[in-house]
Amino acid sequence: MVEVTVQEADFDTGAELARLAKAADCGAVASFIGHVRQGGEGVQAMTLEHYPAMTEKSIVDIIAQARQRWPLMAVRVIHRVGRLLPGEQIVLVAVTASHRGEAFAACEYIMDWLKTRAPFWKKEETAEGSRWVDARESDDVAAARWGSEVS
Amino acid sequence: MSIRILYFAALREALGQSEESFDLPAEAISLGQLRQTLAARDGNWQTLSTMKNLKAAINQTMAGADVLLQDGDEVAFFPPVTGG
Repeated sequence: MVEVTVQEADFDTGAELARLAKAADCGAVASFIGHVRQGGEGVQAMTLEHYPAMTEKSIVDIIAQARQRWPLMAVRVIHRVGRLLPGEQIVLVAVTASHRGEAFAACEYIMDWLKTRAPFWKKEETAEGSRWVDARESDDVAAARWGSEVS
Repeated sequence: MSIRILYFAALREALGQSEESFDLPAEAISLGQLRQTLAARDGNWQTLSTMKNLKAAINQTMAGADVLLQDGDEVAFFPPVTGG
């Protein structure tokens, strides 16, 4: 099962993980949840813009690459868009597999490529005004260490 | 023979528009040539050549500068992505 959702609403991580674990005869559930950092550099809120026609397609492509590398059971990705406040959840990547090794690795792989390939852009609001977040070179480095390129 | 062009995030704001329809010339042009043509327009359009690490997609898939454009393509230009 591969399920990708882009939505404005918050998500219930516990319910998502429970559903994944129940659906398959899985031995391992690995997940990553990204949040808006609190108190970082005076950020009061951020707005996530995306390219709707491409967003889900690009994440599905990344998951397909992950499934070629590891024997995965289910993959669930939820990414929020719109205006988010510090502390709020932004993204969930959850992977189920028979064993922890492939679940951990695939979860990190999907997240690393999502950061550098999925068409989302963050704009931060501060007391001085708003600014687009710059892409970080360390994210490219993190994705590149997996070797093969996801287009 | 026309294509649709989309602009996102900081690029959209710099250009003051999010999309347009563009008539392709009789001779086939590449994505890179399209970018040069747009960047030569008056106003803030040089942002298309000066923006660091500008990315592009054709029909919702990341594409390189040498890909030739075809009638009906959806082209998108955008800054490096910052999701997650």
